[in-house]
Amino acid sequence: MTGELGQLALTLSMALALVQSISGLVGARPNAVRARAMASGAALGFFVFIALAFGCLTYAAVTNDFSLLNIAQNSAVNKPLLYKITGVWGDHEGSMLLWLLVLGIFTAAMTVLQRGGERLTSAALGVQGLLALAFAVFTLFTSNPFLRLDPPPFQGNGLNPLLQDPGLALHPPMLYIGYVGLSATFSYAAAALITKLADAAWARAARPFMLAAWIALTLGITLGSWWAYYELGWGGFWFWDPVENAALMPWLLATALLHSALATERTGAFKTWTLLLAIGGFSLSLIGTFLVRSGILSSVHSFATDPERGSYILMMLVLAIGGALALFAWRAPQMEGGAEFEAASRDTTLLINNVFLVAATATVFIGTLYPLALQAYNGAKISVGPPYYAITFAPIFVAMMALLPFGPRLGWRRGNLREAVRTLLPAMAMAGVAFVVVLVMVAPRSVAAAGAFALAVWVMCSSVLDLVKARPIRALPLARWASVLAHFGLGVTLIGITGTTVWRVSALEVLGPGQSMKVGGYTLTLKRVERVRGDNFVAERAIVDVSRGGSHIATMGPEQRNFPLQRVATSDTAIRTTGLSDLYLALGDPRSGGRWTLRAYENPLAPWIWFGGGFMALGGLASLATRLRRRATVAMTEAQGVPAE
Amino acid sequence: MRRWIAALALALFSVLAAPALANPHLPPQIEDRDGPEHLANPVLEARAVALQKQFRCVVCQGESLNESNAPLAADLRRLIRKRILEGQSNRQITAYLVSRYGDFILMKPPLMPQTYALWFGPAFILLVAAGVAGAVVLKARRRVQGAAP
Repeated sequence: MTGELGQLALTLSMALALVQSISGLVGARPNAVRARAMASGAALGFFVFIALAFGCLTYAAVTNDFSLLNIAQNSAVNKPLLYKITGVWGDHEGSMLLWLLVLGIFTAAMTVLQRGGERLTSAALGVQGLLALAFAVFTLFTSNPFLRLDPPPFQGNGLNPLLQDPGLALHPPMLYIGYVGLSATFSYAAAALITKLADAAWARAARPFMLAAWIALTLGITLGSWWAYYELGWGGFWFWDPVENAALMPWLLATALLHSALATERTGAFKTWTLLLAIGGFSLSLIGTFLVRSGILSSVHSFATDPERGSYILMMLVLAIGGALALFAWRAPQMEGGAEFEAASRDTTLLINNVFLVAATATVFIGTLYPLALQAYNGAKISVGPPYYAITFAPIFVAMMALLPFGPRLGWRRGNLREAVRTLLPAMAMAGVAFVVVLVMVAPRSVAAAGAFALAVWVMCSSVLDLVKARPIRALPLARWASVLAHFGLGVTLIGITGTTVWRVSALEVLGPGQSMKVGGYTLTLKRVERVRGDNFVAERAIVDVSRGGSHIATMGPEQRNFPLQRVATSDTAIRTTGLSDLYLALGDPRSGGRWTLRAYENPLAPWIWFGGGFMALGGLASLATRLRRRATVAMTEAQGVPAE
Repeated sequence: MRRWIAALALALFSVLAAPALANPHLPPQIEDRDGPEHLANPVLEARAVALQKQFRCVVCQGESLNESNAPLAADLRRLIRKRILEGQSNRQITAYLVSRYGDFILMKPPLMPQTYALWFGPAFILLVAAGVAGAVVLKARRRVQGAAP
């Protein structure tokens, strides 16, 4: 019964998406009041029915309804409840339904908030409806989660054990909020082109969605990287793997978009460029989805792939990107451009930011797709890995971060460069101190690490200067907090990456009970290896005594988990963090005589990588808060008949 | 079911193709898999770790030899260490692995005509973007000066 109800709800939401797209686009005309009302109704209806469909699938998963093929393939009676719920989006069909649900939430928010006026909202809902329609058709006809299985089995196949993890359970929803948030931005950009209302209003209207997308992508990438760190068992946090790149590219371009849109909102500069970035950001999300879902790329992260679905997504991708770019090429030349600003101004620095971020995005794009293109062209197989990005991507980011502190210190349109340099002198001094201290005090000596620390301190100090100067600290406007936190976070992440990459210490030994090994300043003693039972796995857990300088400080228990249902073994690492450094243990294979291989790493500053991501997300939240507050102020000033800003 | 057929076809293909691909001068087995997993000398071990990050695990997906759990990767890690102990240079070890597995094993693709676009593309795009940005700034400046009499 739940299956049929879900199927019905999904079909209805598809029909409503069709209604929403047509009436929304018709409603973009000045007097089409009734079409606009219809589009709003359809958009809310879409949200209600897609939520119902999602609820049905979740209910079926929680109640072990194995008469649904999807549940039988991906769930099991003895799976923990948390993973029954998060497992709903652990497979392809369910994750498409989650995508539609997030799309529904964003569409409902667009309808309720009506940002940027009725016509703009209506046109944006129309475009959003087209996307919703495409995804609903795709889900219903190629990836239907409500297909029945007859006769139903007594037990399901269970979920991929790698996915049975809280970090990874939250990772897909975050990325989807990011991708779909960029689709809302895309819809507003297209709406601005359609209605020819391409002034700053659309950028202001789309800003909260842009920010929500960026925050979610930041958190999603951070979570994904953290997951890879503790789950894959090698202590690495970023592999430049194609699937990671597929999420990184939209993030980089969304970051460029956030900065460019600031200038567009404030001074009307870069109008067409911001529109193009909005189209590009969502296009990269689609390309990423295509690469991951089609099976063209192979990666540690891609779990559900199917070439047939790939061709549908490819078609959708060509239509969406091609359509938007055609619209852009048609309408953009008609827009009046021409901002006025001096060379030393915040506008220029935002442009420089965009140059670097676009080049960084292009680098990741080339690195990800070049091997595929080359192989298709002449069959040559090459691989593009971390060393490539260290040579191409890293310098771009270094240059960007070196120039970053100047941006917030220059005024709009006309800034005072000499004054900016003067206020930044303390940050420069601190960076110099950091360089010398790291070079002299930290072994092994590394000029690159000292340089990276100086760069990070330069960015972090320049952010903190704002806080120190603001008296009282409450006087600092929220918008400033946003840039302070986000830029500070970038520095924190750089410190984490540098520390872990340069000063990591590793050791691998085969130990019998009672034997010891050393890593960094720690002595690790294997006490015993015991068998532990979980809900749906059996694990071998090593009990390891950790001591430092002769005194016992902790007992750690890295595990090898075996999931009998899926015949998969995973390593469950044990990590002890001091906030400044991680002691990281992974249990390897058993050897003869009751001995086990034990891998140990000391990863200095590793947690900072993810702390930095957290700071960046907080910065995004601060910016989102200003928007909501400003909206109230604008509404008030407009009511008083005073033009805002 | 279809996955099984695909796997079978793949297996069949590799059996048929293996003689054509394999270099007759090389033994079919991986040499030197009896090397140590970990070197006691920290300098040499650091060299081995740095080296194994440069190679892709050819049987797994998107991982380097440094972080792969595949048996082949473990064998190659031991091979690298044994050859380091034998006094071979990084260049010799790299040349051997490339002769066996092709350019695909290199995480850092070699610079050759067909990778020029890959290697120089980013710098080219950066220069073009910088050029466009420079032109935009000049124009914006001129407008300011035009506006102010």
